Amino acid sequence: MIMKGQSMKIVVLIKQVPDTAEERTLVPATGWLDRDAADNVVDEINERALEVALRVKDADKSTEVVVLAMGPDEATKAIRKALSMGADSGIHVLDGGLAGSDAARTAAVLAAALRGTSADVILAGNESTDGRGGVVPAMIAEHLGLPLVGGLNAVELVGAAGSGKVSGERSGDSGSLQVTAALPAVVTVTERTAEARFPNFKGILTAKRKPVATLTLADLDVAVTVAHAVVVSHSERPAREAGRKIEGDGTAGTQLASYLIENHLV
Amino acid sequence: MVNILALIELTHAGEIAPSARGLLGAAASLGTPVAVVAANAEVDAVTSARLGQLGAAVVYQGVGPAAGAVLTGPAVEALEAGVAAYQPAVVLVSNSVDGREVAARLSVRVGGALLVDAVSVRLDPAGMENGRIVAGHSIFGGAYDVESTVEGGLPIITIRQGALDGVSNDNETSGAVELVTTALTGSVPGATITAVSDAPATTSRPELRTAKTVVSGGRGLGSKENFVLVEQLADALGAAIGASRAAVDAGYVDQHAQVGQTGVSVSPQLYIALGISGAIQHRAGMQTAKTIVAINKDGDSPIFEVADFGIVGDVFTVVPQLMEALAARAD
Repeated sequence: MIMKGQSMKIVVLIKQVPDTAEERTLVPATGWLDRDAADNVVDEINERALEVALRVKDADKSTEVVVLAMGPDEATKAIRKALSMGADSGIHVLDGGLAGSDAARTAAVLAAALRGTSADVILAGNESTDGRGGVVPAMIAEHLGLPLVGGLNAVELVGAAGSGKVSGERSGDSGSLQVTAALPAVVTVTERTAEARFPNFKGILTAKRKPVATLTLADLDVAVTVAHAVVVSHSERPAREAGRKIEGDGTAGTQLASYLIENHLV
Repeated sequence: MVNILALIELTHAGEIAPSARGLLGAAASLGTPVAVVAANAEVDAVTSARLGQLGAAVVYQGVGPAAGAVLTGPAVEALEAGVAAYQPAVVLVSNSVDGREVAARLSVRVGGALLVDAVSVRLDPAGMENGRIVAGHSIFGGAYDVESTVEGGLPIITIRQGALDGVSNDNETSGAVELVTTALTGSVPGATITAVSDAPATTSRPELRTAKTVVSGGRGLGSKENFVLVEQLADALGAAIGASRAAVDAGYVDQHAQVGQTGVSVSPQLYIALGISGAIQHRAGMQTAKTIVAINKDGDSPIFEVADFGIVGDVFTVVPQLMEALAARAD
């Protein structure tokens, strides 16, 4: 699958998100996501993106896999987990001035960090589970002047820059497509790609010795984003209350039919 | 009146995507709607007339061989040219797989800012020409309502599919639609489309996102064969079919039916959950339904916390009895 002698460099974008198995809330004052309210975990979709990269590396050991994260100190944990799964090194964009960045600024900063990496492939999840915007990879592609091969259910990466290409199956709104692009390219994957591996003991031990570069805004040439999205108002909807609950006593189906008819739902 | 651009997606068969109706309806409520299309040949008279009926005053078409052969790039180029030509107050795009990628690229190209997955758009103050445009969002599965706006540049807004109504005078004979054509040069990089296959055969059932009633099945159905119970009840009620991730992962039903955090979000009048425990990820995709009915063997299932009518029991006895009772009423 991978041609020998042409090692590929893959940068995987990762992000910490609040665990979706817990209640997620907004900070009342700002309307920003409350990142302290729930446990922060590496977004599952990022782990799948990393898995795609690691499978390329499994087939050709010369492949270099780098993980890139932007976020507070705590994001180091996400980077270390990715290193323990098998990534070679990490880049952490860490700067107090980045708190509350919207998608446009996040993309501009990540694009600036990516410019120095000469990556053949930039891999990301198609959307995070917190913002669910699914727009940052496309913005990065535009900043870097690269094609976006987005929303792939299955990915094939062949060769390296100059001769390499990415192809795969994309689920669209009215059917599925086979798409392909020459490298370098930005690629995003869906939750239909392979399950991520668990870090093994050796991986956890070696992760501690792998390099993680920390970059601040001063290190990066970030495109200015003049326009920005602003939260105008936010309110929590009252929690749903449980209604009538009956035991299936032999007439439950009939009772439900009456309920639906009385409430004009059928 | 200010100009409002709306990106009209065409299916690979050349038909107007269902999202066009809501986009043009929203555009008409804010200003003069300009329908932007990227196509490999000029749109036919039927298509432009239909866009006029849906509210478009102008059809601005970018025409070039890349449209339909290259992913999203041609639409970005057509919109960029449209922004230059019409100086719009806002650009509206469907929050579809293609649409949000197009909107994201465009926002960087024209120095705008993006508001994603809006369920409403309005002028603030209301009715004020040149007022600021405010988008409403429903986040974390409807747990919060958030309003946002853009400062310092062009707002580009993606609209949740099925969230907005079309113009009210749809189907009336509309006035002449102005047709403006520009050539696409392929200036935006994009992936090449090498093959296209249609979505699974469309049935007579309503579309999941916009259905008034949804019947969903979970792991409690036990097998693909048993999942037919969900289909039977859905057909009896004229409902769309949904499923929990567990049912999709178990292969009972196609992934297109998945409701929840990683699937489709629905807000129907009636949501009936059969054999679904109601993990928080599933509830995030359905808890804004007006009425929720749940039938599950396990009385401790979290689905009952959000159900208006819950039955602790076996779906294989309750559902047939329900269908019998409803059929008896119809006779």
